[in-house]
Amino acid sequence: MPDTILVVAEQREGKLNRVSWETITAAQSIAAATGWTLEAAVVGAGPTAIAAEVAAKKLAKVYAVESPKLEPYTPDAFAAALKQLLATKPPKLVLMPHTYQVRDFVPKLATAMGRTVISDCIGFRHENGKLVFTRQMFQGKFAADVSFNSDAPWFATFQNGAFRGDKAEAGASAAPVETVNVDIADGVVRNQPQEVFKEAKQAVDLTQAEIIVSVGRGIKEQKNIEIAKQLADALGGDLAASRPICDSGWLPMDRQIGSSGQTVAPKLYLALGISGAIQHIVGMKGSRTIIAVNKDSEAPIFEIADYAIVGNLFDIVPPLIEEVKKAKAGS
Amino acid sequence: MKILVCMKQVPQKDAPLKLNETGAWIREDVSYEVNEPDAYALEEALRQKEKHTGEVVVITSGPARAQQVLREALAKGADRAIHLEDNAFVGLDAFNTAKAFAAAIKDEKFDLIFTGLQSDDYGYAQTGVILAELLGWPHATIIMQIEKTDAGIRVKRELEAGFFQFVDMPLPAVLTIQSGINKLRYATLIGIKQAKNKPLRKVTLAEVQSAIGENLQKIERLYVPQKTKKTEHIEGSPFEIAKKLVDKLRNELRVL
Repeated sequence: MPDTILVVAEQREGKLNRVSWETITAAQSIAAATGWTLEAAVVGAGPTAIAAEVAAKKLAKVYAVESPKLEPYTPDAFAAALKQLLATKPPKLVLMPHTYQVRDFVPKLATAMGRTVISDCIGFRHENGKLVFTRQMFQGKFAADVSFNSDAPWFATFQNGAFRGDKAEAGASAAPVETVNVDIADGVVRNQPQEVFKEAKQAVDLTQAEIIVSVGRGIKEQKNIEIAKQLADALGGDLAASRPICDSGWLPMDRQIGSSGQTVAPKLYLALGISGAIQHIVGMKGSRTIIAVNKDSEAPIFEIADYAIVGNLFDIVPPLIEEVKKAKAGS
Repeated sequence: MKILVCMKQVPQKDAPLKLNETGAWIREDVSYEVNEPDAYALEEALRQKEKHTGEVVVITSGPARAQQVLREALAKGADRAIHLEDNAFVGLDAFNTAKAFAAAIKDEKFDLIFTGLQSDDYGYAQTGVILAELLGWPHATIIMQIEKTDAGIRVKRELEAGFFQFVDMPLPAVLTIQSGINKLRYATLIGIKQAKNKPLRKVTLAEVQSAIGENLQKIERLYVPQKTKKTEHIEGSPFEIAKKLVDKLRNELRVL
């Protein structure tokens, strides 16, 4: 019997979280490399419709893991439910997308089973029969190859955008769906979550912007954001920022780009004084063209920049504003 | 409220990092600082103490240099510190680090344990959640607000894309704290003076050895990331750069 890979797809508010397709793409690649069998699970109060959606992909089986105690999401319920599922037929490898929800429960699940999670992976390698996962460290300055030193099941989560969701292969026919009713005893769930809500008034929808000028810590002071705004205006674009700028209250939260803010893919993303921390990069790496200005030539932002300007943004931006204005005026 | 804050010392953000001879770790001859989310976790603990009275205890694991993080925390207002001091702690995975912490605090009775949501060096975001499971406590992650209630606490959990969620929880609990939850204070001169007299308990590796085991995962090697993108450097004086860039914006990228 070949080993099994189990992808735990994520459900949010009754819909499939589309990042789950990326995990399936990753899992299909690993299955092809190792020869292991691919299965998936959907966990929730009414997972059957989503399980059917997942079953259309090329995999052997989908488990619809059900219990009324799974809605709303709590780490206690999810860890308990998956522990039961994994006990019946332990897979070799359990894969999930590295979402905020997965981060909230998968270390608990693994610990309860005496196992470990390799988090936020950006790829994998299968060499000489050994499976190794790649992830970033020191905010992207180094990559690390990490291997498991434990019994199955192994747990790994993949970073948003590390694999392409649209590359998840469809199956020749729908995979069988098996309903698994899990029993979560009273008292297991200790948290009482309220309704999910959006806070920012969303004055600007940066996902619709074609040009974004984004500032990071390199802008140094709140008053300096003015030159970035002038550049954005000159280009006809929108102003955005990395998290620390919004944390300091220099720009409102709805200007934040990154895992906690907006994910954008504009025609042009101009990063001023942004080092390229992972939490920011995941929100903008899909941009068509990335131009980065930073005085640190080693800044991780330059890994993903199409055009790199190593220099002081306070020297570079003012003449740039003038040249943009001249070009637009038709000279 | 008796609060434990788990803190980590990490290389400074702009420190130039180099791989060591084995290629499995970095050379440690760099400058260090407190892991940024942990600084927010400490600040939150100090604010909760100021609001509800209580005690703030800080803990870290690492070599002698990690003591600096504890000293700074004491200077800011923490009451006492615990240092699991040994070079070997640096190489422990999150599971073992959590087990070491759990062993070090087994005789204490905390209401809350805070960690930063993740570390700037590993970025795993696991230690707090693992610790909660080891202790059998409820937990919540990526927290932006904490309020005391009759039944325990109400926390504000940050989700992706600007969404949030309030969660009611009993105590004791573990929370992983998101940066930006508050504004960090500076240590005062008086605080720095007082810190020298505050208790700092050292815990040796031997004292927690029976609690920890072999790492369940292994860093095979670190390396400079392979670049998949072709990056064009634009050079020259600021004026030349501006001209070249505008040229590209107009003729290659067609955004002007």
